[in-house]
Amino acid sequence: MTPFSAIAFFPELVLLAGALGLFVVTLGEKQGRAARAGAIFVALVALGASLVSLPQSTVLFDGAYRIDAFSQWLKIVISAGYLFVLLLSGNLPDIRQETKAEYYLFLTLSVLGLTMLVSSVEVLSLIIALELSSFPLYLMVAMRRERDGQRVQMESAIKYVMFGVAANGIMFFGFSYLFGLTGSTHLPEMFAKLAPIAGTPLAIVGLSMAFCGFYYKLAIFPFHFWTPDVYQGASNETAGFIATLPKVGAVAVLVRLVSLATPDNHSIATLLSGLAILSMCYGNLIALVQKDFKRLLGFSGIAHAGYAVVGFTAMSTAGYTAALYYIVGYMLMVTACFVVICKVSKDGTNVEIEELSGLHRRSPLLALTLVVAVFGLAGIPPFVGFIGKFGLLSAALAKGHLALVIITVINSAIAIYYYLQVVRKSVFGEKGTDGPAPELLSIDLSTKILCVLLIIAIVWLGVAPGPIMNAIASSLAGINLPL
Amino acid sequence: MPTIDNIEGLPFLSILIFAPLLAAAIAALLPDEKLVRWWTLGITTAAAIFSANLYIGFDASTAAFQFGESHAWIPWLKINYTLGVDGISLLLILLTTLITPLCVLASWTYIKVRVKEFMIALLVMESAMIGVFSALDTVLFFVFWESMLIPMVLMIGVWGGPRKIYASIKFFIYTMSGSVFLLVALIALRLQTGSFDLASAMGHPFSHGFQTWVFAAFFISFAIKVPMFPFHTWLPAAHVEAPTAGSVILASVLLKMGTYGFLRFALPITPWAATHFAPALMWLSVAGIVYGGLAALAQSDMKKLVAYSSVGHMGFCTLGIFALNTNGIEGATLVMINHGVTTGALFICVGIIYERLHTRDLAKAAGIGKTMPILATFLGVFCLSSLGFPGTNSFIGEFLVLSGGFKVSTVLVLCAVPGVVAAAAYNLRMLQRLVYGGTDNPDHTGTADLNFREIITLTPLLVFVVWIGLNPQPFVTIMHESVVHLLQQVGR
Repeated sequence: MTPFSAIAFFPELVLLAGALGLFVVTLGEKQGRAARAGAIFVALVALGASLVSLPQSTVLFDGAYRIDAFSQWLKIVISAGYLFVLLLSGNLPDIRQETKAEYYLFLTLSVLGLTMLVSSVEVLSLIIALELSSFPLYLMVAMRRERDGQRVQMESAIKYVMFGVAANGIMFFGFSYLFGLTGSTHLPEMFAKLAPIAGTPLAIVGLSMAFCGFYYKLAIFPFHFWTPDVYQGASNETAGFIATLPKVGAVAVLVRLVSLATPDNHSIATLLSGLAILSMCYGNLIALVQKDFKRLLGFSGIAHAGYAVVGFTAMSTAGYTAALYYIVGYMLMVTACFVVICKVSKDGTNVEIEELSGLHRRSPLLALTLVVAVFGLAGIPPFVGFIGKFGLLSAALAKGHLALVIITVINSAIAIYYYLQVVRKSVFGEKGTDGPAPELLSIDLSTKILCVLLIIAIVWLGVAPGPIMNAIASSLAGINLPL
Repeated sequence: MPTIDNIEGLPFLSILIFAPLLAAAIAALLPDEKLVRWWTLGITTAAAIFSANLYIGFDASTAAFQFGESHAWIPWLKINYTLGVDGISLLLILLTTLITPLCVLASWTYIKVRVKEFMIALLVMESAMIGVFSALDTVLFFVFWESMLIPMVLMIGVWGGPRKIYASIKFFIYTMSGSVFLLVALIALRLQTGSFDLASAMGHPFSHGFQTWVFAAFFISFAIKVPMFPFHTWLPAAHVEAPTAGSVILASVLLKMGTYGFLRFALPITPWAATHFAPALMWLSVAGIVYGGLAALAQSDMKKLVAYSSVGHMGFCTLGIFALNTNGIEGATLVMINHGVTTGALFICVGIIYERLHTRDLAKAAGIGKTMPILATFLGVFCLSSLGFPGTNSFIGEFLVLSGGFKVSTVLVLCAVPGVVAAAAYNLRMLQRLVYGGTDNPDHTGTADLNFREIITLTPLLVFVVWIGLNPQPFVTIMHESVVHLLQQVGR
């Protein structure tokens, strides 16, 4: 047994202490502002802690928890995403007054779950981390303010729980098969024993089912049904969180699982290709007719999850690297979209695409942020969406998945249409250059900084992907080596 | 495999690509619209003068890529930042740097709102256009190729006419759908050759089946960009709705990227497929020439007329390319330059009329020549050039293309004749109406003739019309070796 190393566990400790601290804050009344300040502080410290613990590599808790380069840089991404979400959520205009403080508590707990998720290499710790990241979200969806005749948040929360529980149930069932086959719950051991029998039907069924919990997080067809309703029903800030960080976590775990489980497993690759195609086509086609911006992002999210899975079908380091790179870029672009949603939204209501009309006159910076993000999502260079997709396609084509690649590019072309609708409303718009000046949007300094940071990140990762791709690739190289 | 001569000293091409981008960033910080205009004009003019260095330093006696630069860009995917020009791309870069400052001048008063953003879009565009013509790494090429779409679609969508939204979205979706196939082709090439380097893909012995698929992908993306009949439907919409500068850039430079793509990618990389499909593509080109000519004849909107004439001219260009002989390709390259000069000038003239009369309707603008004699003079020369009158630039280009075509098939060239006749008819009809038609339109009284700025805008184009028309030899000399080398690669 390796001795416990506090520095290796530092980011988790910070988040845990932060969550406890926020719990104390929630005991008072109307502590929303204090809780926000506290949460931002926690996020900053967690970011620092992740940076400090970056070079660590060890195994904790009797092998259940693995600290390696892969998990550590993902923790940086997650802490940064946490900070972004806190900054974009402002003062939570659409969360009930009496639960604002609790909101930050749950948010922090969910982030803690995600940070633990990327390090878990034991079925039990994996499940605990996954549930810790999910349960707070179920509550956060339901915490949206009630309006007259509108209880859609409750419906969304129920849907989210039901689908979550169902997907997790299938996942547990799959893991039980794998346990039955191998007699171990320790993932490296389990998959080492699984390797000789990986082609058997039982192993394939077990593996496919074990992935389901993460398909659900990532909103892969057929576990996508919750996505549009939850995006629409949850408050803008909550949707901004659900749309970004859990997906990074899910891709990270899938990378661990797929890379362990399937050195060139044809059945799994075929299954993944099928899911990718269905997700892309379904997401993009339905997104074409959406009017609500969040719902549109929900459906486009399904499509993007499909793109990310294209990287997995390659079953190569190149593919995993591209998938991770893509999902990190996706996180940045969607965060940028949600910044705009939160600021454009009047009093926290949902934003119709129509309401983006003339955005460039109301706030040029927000319009620029949105245009950069949306062109990035559409996969136009020089933004990160392009180079990420390029990596995915290269990896898949290198393994001969020509049909999959062609379907992917056709989907990219379809997607252009609805992304352009957003650009069209926000910058071309009927209210664009004519008519009286619409009221200006006031955005505070932290939002401005966030916008500029996101734009720089989206462009920078698009034109200079080298260092980060190398970092991912080299961290992936060590992912299965014993420490 | 073509060689690349790396340069020592100043990286001319990089400077030419990134100076406008940097200037765009600075323009974003400038406080005043007027200042932004002058700044953009200054930078683009400086770029034009600077690009003369390329011409002076270019060695026309070799087909090697010159002014080469090569750095690792994304080592993980083996993508390099490789630049270089040969005779063909050099001419197109010079055309780009010539046209851009004229676009600034043409938008001087035309663009009234959001001037700063417009000028930034123009500068970003210049940078991407030069990048496309000088990139020798396929991914780098693709990045520039696609980056250009964003400023262009914004230009149409924000500053365009009444149907700007329809036009911009159609333009974007059309060209984007084409280029995604280009992307797949580039990745497929990489998997065969092991690198994204353009030079290593040229002359690589690909199987015939592979060539067919890659050529099909090239064809879709380039034919949409050119645009070749029947992929031309985005063009009239985009041209009509775009502001003057947008139309000019679209016609003068963007369309050339399609034909440049054929020359730089399709011919040398997939020579077997190019040769195999050449007859079909020549027939499509002839269809484009005839269709463009007849459609232009039927237009009452001047901008639409010029737009359809572009379809015809670009038909000549692809006809020359797929004739696959020296005359044809040299003629095609000249047509590219000529079309850039002449059609650009015609769009500027239409823009000038539109600014004064707020109409592009031929009937309403008829007789404008009486109050605007200077414009009438310019218009006369450009219309004659557009119809390929001897002594003007287009004559030389089309003559070479047709003589190249004759070597392949007489019937084919004869079939293109109605298009040539139609070109004469629609150009003369427009000229006749504008200069002598409908005498007493009350709107025209007091219409001011060209001012100093407008004369300055049109004069350089006029100079090139006459210069290329009377003395085309220097232009042909520059590209001759490159064309001969290209034909060797195709096996002709």
